[in-house]
Amino acid sequence: MSDLGHVLVLAGGLSYEREVSIRSGRRVAEVLRAAGVDVETRDTDSSLVPSVLADPPDAVFVTLHGGAGEDGAIRSVLELLNVPYVGAAPDACRVAFDKPTAKAVVRSWGLNTPDSVALPKETFHDLGASAVLARIVASLGLPLFVKPSRGGSALGASIVRSAEELPAAMVGCFAYGDTALIEKYVEGVEVAVSVVDLGEGPVALPPVEIVPDAGVYDYAARYTAGHTEFFAPARLSPEATEACLATAVAAHTALGLRDVSRTDLIVDGSGRPYFLEVNVAPGMTETSLLPMAAEAAGRDLGALCRGLLEIAAGRP
Amino acid sequence: MVASEIRALFAVASRPEVVSLAGGMPYVTALPLDVVGELVADLIAKRGPEALQYGSGQGDPALREQICEVMREEGIDAGANDVVVTVGSQQALDLITRIFVDPGDIVLAEGPSYVGALGTFSAYQAKVVHIAMDDQGLIPESLAQTIYALKSAGNRIKFLYTIPTFQNPAGVTLNEVRRRQVLEICQRAGILIVEDNPYGLLGFDGEPLRALRADDPDGVVYLGSFSKTLAPGFRVGWALAPHAVRDKLVLAMESAVLSHSTFTQLAVGQFLATQPWREQIKTFRELYRERRDALLSSLDVLMPPGCTWTRPAGGFFVWMTLPEGLDSKAMLPQAVDKRVAFVPGTGFFSDGGGERQMRLSYCYPKPDRIREGVRRLAGVIEEELRTREMFGTGRAPGHAGVDTPGPDLA
Repeated sequence: MSDLGHVLVLAGGLSYEREVSIRSGRRVAEVLRAAGVDVETRDTDSSLVPSVLADPPDAVFVTLHGGAGEDGAIRSVLELLNVPYVGAAPDACRVAFDKPTAKAVVRSWGLNTPDSVALPKETFHDLGASAVLARIVASLGLPLFVKPSRGGSALGASIVRSAEELPAAMVGCFAYGDTALIEKYVEGVEVAVSVVDLGEGPVALPPVEIVPDAGVYDYAARYTAGHTEFFAPARLSPEATEACLATAVAAHTALGLRDVSRTDLIVDGSGRPYFLEVNVAPGMTETSLLPMAAEAAGRDLGALCRGLLEIAAGRP
Repeated sequence: MVASEIRALFAVASRPEVVSLAGGMPYVTALPLDVVGELVADLIAKRGPEALQYGSGQGDPALREQICEVMREEGIDAGANDVVVTVGSQQALDLITRIFVDPGDIVLAEGPSYVGALGTFSAYQAKVVHIAMDDQGLIPESLAQTIYALKSAGNRIKFLYTIPTFQNPAGVTLNEVRRRQVLEICQRAGILIVEDNPYGLLGFDGEPLRALRADDPDGVVYLGSFSKTLAPGFRVGWALAPHAVRDKLVLAMESAVLSHSTFTQLAVGQFLATQPWREQIKTFRELYRERRDALLSSLDVLMPPGCTWTRPAGGFFVWMTLPEGLDSKAMLPQAVDKRVAFVPGTGFFSDGGGERQMRLSYCYPKPDRIREGVRRLAGVIEEELRTREMFGTGRAPGHAGVDTPGPDLA
């Protein structure tokens, strides 16, 4: 075991997922303290750079979700500060955080991902929304899933079952971002697979199955205790489970991620997993998926987080 | 309770980068904090054993006398025996509702109304029926018609909850003629009035308005508070109630919390006894007037056509109505992204109204920040108009959960 001195957990930020991030950060700090690590938690504000310069931590655990936390920005700053951190490097984050780009990369590696189109708001403005929307429905069919091309926690996301619902879904989506990802909706079992790499290559934790009470795993279903039923491990056939694990590890590798990631998948009726998106700073709250997967694998979350920090701290 | 996207957005609004026109926090920085500090130290030094002991369920007798003096500013002539000190006026509202309301009973309230009250009514399973308002406050004809219709249908109306002066969230004030009409209508119908008046002394023009309670001691329960005239951290509010109600309130108070904090009651009492509290309220008034002016003048200059808003003569809030087809709740993410926050109107209705409205508060940010916030908000509204025009005016998918910020948001 390497000697971890003091560690910084970054949580908060100015993204829409600030509240979730604060909860994730608190949880990570708790489990790290229980694992004997000296932890300080900080928000990302103008005091961050001076404080890191004055007292550089041995490693940083980034629990900033959405925006700067996952698009590589904060990690770029940490590199400028010569401070090691857990998780993917900025370039890989940028690719992974942009869902259409990530989908294109994993597809080129032979993984399944639902057919989709990504369009900025300006395109609808310039070409006329109704004509473009009509072509989308004609080309991709129904139902569709609309979400912002960047960001998480299902904010601005909705299922579209009829063409009439599409304009409202677009408005809801553009409330959270300037580019929409409109994806063919695959009916199936929603599954999240966390991947960790403690120095011996990426390993998938057991898949977690998500069954929201209301049928939709939206923001409320995600963060209200008791509103969603989880099965860890997921109730899948051994073959489907294996395919999910392989897909998550392949996505982690294809996107050049490191240390930790969580891949969200839909498993269709034939047991085939479809890649939806990947998170480079997975949620760590009490109702989050990676901690559930760790528990299902019999792994102590504190030891896991500590291990990830040690890998980061030991990185040349 | 359901975790809500809107509530999550307010988490961002607490950051200093965001101009928050969303919260309702009084600007306590304007208090002479050094004086308050000395006063509290002195209190413990001289009356420590009393201040740190249990107190009476009804509240400190001396403070109740002082409360009567404060209420005289609004024409209320009352005795300390009829005052019950509560943990903010919010607790008084909770106790009143607990005493009067059985599940399914009806409470009348302005539409829009104070979100904290709607939350309390909903906790006791009251059904809130909103009464229409215009820029002169509650519309008496609507009140009379609603009462008639509800009674004819066999409904039990327990009380009218009203904030007649500088209403939260609408910022409007019930005019004098209507005050008399509202009292008459409720007297005739045998309906108790719960008059919530936290902002009454924070008027920007002339003398304080006469409270409803001043003209009907038997038909009105009056709720007052030091949260806005002094500081909300003391959590000292009160109810002034007719005798029979007062007795029940004291029992309910004792069963809820035994007694209010003696320490904060004595601290407030000490402040009132030793400090020029009327001057302090005047300081707050001047400060809030300047901020109201900053908000109104920048709205005048910057808001796109089709937006309308109220012009409050006191209190903390402006109520803005957006052009047809816009949904204020759906705009909040963009607003937060542009570093400005407001409260969507839907939280102030229990029947789904308020989509096109928003509450803008001017109590906390300084005038230049208010102007900057309005500039950002105008940009967001203009962009939203463009988006709606692109996709038609269909409503965005709804969000579940609590739609208003907690009390600790600036």
